[in-house]
Amino acid sequence: MRYLMLLSAANPSTPPPPELYEAIMKLGGEATQAGVLLDTAGLLPSAAGATVTLAGAQLTVTDGPFTESKELISYALYEVRSKEEAIEWASRFMDLHRELWPGWTGTTQVLQVMGS
Amino acid sequence: MADPTSPSHRATRSAIEAVWRIESPRLIAALARITGDIGAAEELAQDTLVIALEQWPVQGVPDGPGAWLMATAKHRAVDLVRRRARYERKLQEVGRDMESRQETYGEPDADALDDHIGDDLLRLIFTACHPVLSAEARTALTLRLIGGLTTHEIGRAFLVPEPTIAQRIVRAKRTIAGKKIPFEIPAPGELAGRLASVLGVIYLIFNEGYAATSGNDWIRPELCVEALRLGRVLAGLMPDQLEVLGLTALMELQASRLPARVGPGGEPVLLTGQDRRRWDRLLIRRGLAALDRAGRLDAAPGPYAVQAEIAACHARATSVEGTDWERIVALYTVLAYLTPSPVVELNRAVAVGMAHGPAQGLEVADRLANEPALARYVQLPAVRGDLLARLGRFAEASEEFTRAAALTGNERERALFRARAEECSLG
Repeated sequence: MRYLMLLSAANPSTPPPPELYEAIMKLGGEATQAGVLLDTAGLLPSAAGATVTLAGAQLTVTDGPFTESKELISYALYEVRSKEEAIEWASRFMDLHRELWPGWTGTTQVLQVMGS
Repeated sequence: MADPTSPSHRATRSAIEAVWRIESPRLIAALARITGDIGAAEELAQDTLVIALEQWPVQGVPDGPGAWLMATAKHRAVDLVRRRARYERKLQEVGRDMESRQETYGEPDADALDDHIGDDLLRLIFTACHPVLSAEARTALTLRLIGGLTTHEIGRAFLVPEPTIAQRIVRAKRTIAGKKIPFEIPAPGELAGRLASVLGVIYLIFNEGYAATSGNDWIRPELCVEALRLGRVLAGLMPDQLEVLGLTALMELQASRLPARVGPGGEPVLLTGQDRRRWDRLLIRRGLAALDRAGRLDAAPGPYAVQAEIAACHARATSVEGTDWERIVALYTVLAYLTPSPVVELNRAVAVGMAHGPAQGLEVADRLANEPALARYVQLPAVRGDLLARLGRFAEASEEFTRAAALTGNERERALFRARAEECSLG
């Protein structure tokens, strides 16, 4: 079963501590070594992106930033045997933030990929 | 008191099982190093799981559940080793044991373990795939210890009753203990041969999923996924071994075709008939990347890397016609040189049939007609049938497909061959 993990958070007032980046790399390394992490990458702020909307048979292209209060930060694609296993990896990831970036708030959405 | 049937209790239980799945291979590997005994290691790991299942629903899941499991398990392992050492000393004192095994049970160095997780896992893999075990035993033990599958899951995947699998595992552990197989990574001189056994086990698991030899399903993707995971783990542990990368690349590339390999009714769809838009692009990308890493190593490609190169030819092509069949023929010639076998030769016949036409392909296939090793091999009549049909020799083709249908143990495949036999008999 494949799961897409989408991390989103409000724009933080402080930059992420460098140790967090290190810890995330380490966890990613473990998940890769366990054969479950297929792909992951960080995302630039939506100011660098755009939306393409279809409404009333009309295509509208709008440059970022998006108006949502939260920004998508990163994605990861996991191949695991159960939803609980996916949740466990997501929890470990979020736990690093709790430990290393006090006060930070965010959400990882865990979505199952269809047909997997 | 926590109610074991409550939803929150069940959720905790599922969460524990998920943690367990992630941690159990590393736990067993570390415990096997402390105790020198994979049987004891698995039991200790199971004990630890039981403790977690008892404590966590009541006391809550600890922060860092993986570390908790490891610490608890290590603690018990050290206890066991001490108990055994005491027992040995007692035995010696009463003079019943002439053969001192004191060294084996010396004071365990549990704290040194954390630096050796990767090595321990490798040791576990090499031990589970030891040539002293039968192929079936290696497969079952590998899936159990490194894959973290239950005997029930292994039995279901291989269509074998659960007690049979449990028996195989018990016997395999007994063999390892009885023959005093050391828990270690093979010495450089032995490494190539022992690694071949490990790769063979992983590919066997993959193939049983990719083209099930028996049963009602043509493919069993969960076995492919399991083998892929094992391959990825091994590739992480031995990134400089060309054949490890070769096998991983091969499995990623072959697995990329799984979504297109079955039709809507569960029927097999062969490579030439597959809708390539359904191929998994991510797996193709990963497979090509692994192959690229393999190509940059200073070593000669072995059979897995060559097969991965063949799979890559298909992965890169957008159609059957657009496939570089010449290169595939050349790669099969290399493969036949590396591992001479009638099966490889038969595959070369298929490639020759695509590159130079069915008559030439048939010429290669016909040379295998009296090959004893292929006497009951399903693909020989299947390939001949296909080449004959393309030459318009339908009556002969129909006979070949009928023979293939009789030989296969897979129901889906049988239906496919019967349909082709029927089709050919109509001309």
